[in-house]
Amino acid sequence: MTTTMPPPSPPSPSDAATLRSAVDNPLGAVALRARQERSQQAAAGEAADGGAPRSAFSIRGFCSWYGAFQALHSIDLEIPANRVTAFIGPSGCGKSTLLRWMNRMNDLIPGARAEGVMDLHGISILDKRLDVVDLRRRVGMVFQKPNPFPKSIYDNIAFGPRLHQRLSRAALDEIVERSLRRAALWDEVKDRLGKSALGLSGGQQQRLCIARAIAVDPEILLMDEPASALDPKSTHRIEELIGELRANYTIVIVTHNMQQAARVSDQTAFFYEGRLVEAGPTETIFMNPANRQTEDYVTGRFG
Amino acid sequence: MLRRRIQRGLERLIIGLLGAAAVLTILTTLGIIGILLEETRRFFIMPEVSVAEFFFSTRWEPLLGEEKHFGIWPLVCGTVLVTAVSACLALPFGLITAIYLSEYAPARLRAVLKPALEILAGIPTVVYGYFALAVLTPALQRIDGSIETYNALSAGLAVGIMTLPIVTSLSEDALRAVPRSLREGAYATGATKFDVSLKVVLPAALSGVVASYLLAIARAVGETMIVALAAGGLARLTLDPRGQVQTMTGYMVQIFLGDTTSGGIEYRSSYAVAAALFVMTLVLTLIGQFVLARYREEYE
Repeated sequence: MTTTMPPPSPPSPSDAATLRSAVDNPLGAVALRARQERSQQAAAGEAADGGAPRSAFSIRGFCSWYGAFQALHSIDLEIPANRVTAFIGPSGCGKSTLLRWMNRMNDLIPGARAEGVMDLHGISILDKRLDVVDLRRRVGMVFQKPNPFPKSIYDNIAFGPRLHQRLSRAALDEIVERSLRRAALWDEVKDRLGKSALGLSGGQQQRLCIARAIAVDPEILLMDEPASALDPKSTHRIEELIGELRANYTIVIVTHNMQQAARVSDQTAFFYEGRLVEAGPTETIFMNPANRQTEDYVTGRFG
Repeated sequence: MLRRRIQRGLERLIIGLLGAAAVLTILTTLGIIGILLEETRRFFIMPEVSVAEFFFSTRWEPLLGEEKHFGIWPLVCGTVLVTAVSACLALPFGLITAIYLSEYAPARLRAVLKPALEILAGIPTVVYGYFALAVLTPALQRIDGSIETYNALSAGLAVGIMTLPIVTSLSEDALRAVPRSLREGAYATGATKFDVSLKVVLPAALSGVVASYLLAIARAVGETMIVALAAGGLARLTLDPRGQVQTMTGYMVQIFLGDTTSGGIEYRSSYAVAAALFVMTLVLTLIGQFVLARYREEYE
């Protein structure tokens, strides 16, 4: 099955307003309407600069196994650069598996293997000769449960940059501040950078993990249900943050929460039992899906 | 009705037995400490000794000569020397092995290596003592001719080999207890396995590692059989591991195996030494407990 994504909308200043209205409206219908209008405007604009966005990831005929169990069946999917792509689907549908292949995190799982094509800007990710360390620097990841290191807030952020280059204290300070600002956490922690990161609230810890991921300046951010362990308010902050980050990063987010997918993403891919059922612009998937299964899932009839 | 009564009686009996067992352990400990303190007191009230001499004299000559000297430092020095040698071997190699087992070793190799290491912990210490005397010392003498037949170095090395599994096993447990999510978080920033092991996993497991160190050191301080066989029997205030030394435990063995009369000054002196040793290991254990409690990492 081949599913290609039509040109999505680029980020626009109306995002914040969109997000606010989306939060007010749990079904996200308002958000979607706003986004549809925006994407129509955007489509007009994009035609003027000449065409579809380039792909970050090209995935073709991608299969994956855990031991004898096949978790993914022949996935074909393009992940556009500088957009937010959401993976949705019921538990065990393979969406996290696919995400974890995108920075080879599955290497850590004994018995995990994959076949097929997964290219990042034309370079094969599955290539045995690929420098996985470099790949992961370029493709950062935020996990389901906040996982700050048991170190100070400062050292959590500085961890990645220190690995990759020798930096003066001033340069490191600057990276830490910039990363924390981008993760919308600076104002809350600037007076206690030396304190343990474990003292932060769950929502703050997750933003810290986002800051830690962007401190090494990746192109792509993978987010594996980044808000599922958080309360609604913290979830809102994370979603707002994704809205801000989409200007600079390609984001792929796995979520169980369909309103969240509707609120934050430009593209949505729906997975079911290891297969990609449908992928396309988020508004199409939610308002006018081509597949009956997708429609049942997004309207809450199953899953 | 009757059945229930019997059941209740049985229940009470079991609880009573369990309680008695618990009380027995405490009573035994208290009894040991009591005897230790009482005999120590009797030692110090003897006219030949004084507390000041015990703590400030640098001569321990309880058996030889007309004038006996009871300065604890030569024995403490022997114990510290042997312990230091053992620590130089067991602490770094134990930790390196633990990191290898926990982070690097393939599952199959680990399944063989870990039990093999734990077998080391089950070897009777007298065997280590003979190993030191019959294998280590001659081997070391080939390298350095100035090494005596009885010496602190080979005894310390044997103690080190004996405490190695303690460090490895406990450190490895601590390293493996670090949640995978922390490792993944580090890998996701582009860390190598070495970075992850050394900069994330090890610091996160530090309290467990330190606790294993202290336990190994406490074990080395109290080790008796190896030093009695291989370290010698001459209490000397020295930091040279090539010559013979006597440790606190070694002295006690000498007294109890020798022909000193029960109740004599030499006999009582061994209790004073035992009390000092008890305080040393107690302090080490307390530090270990404190470190564990203070630096315990909560990962939630």
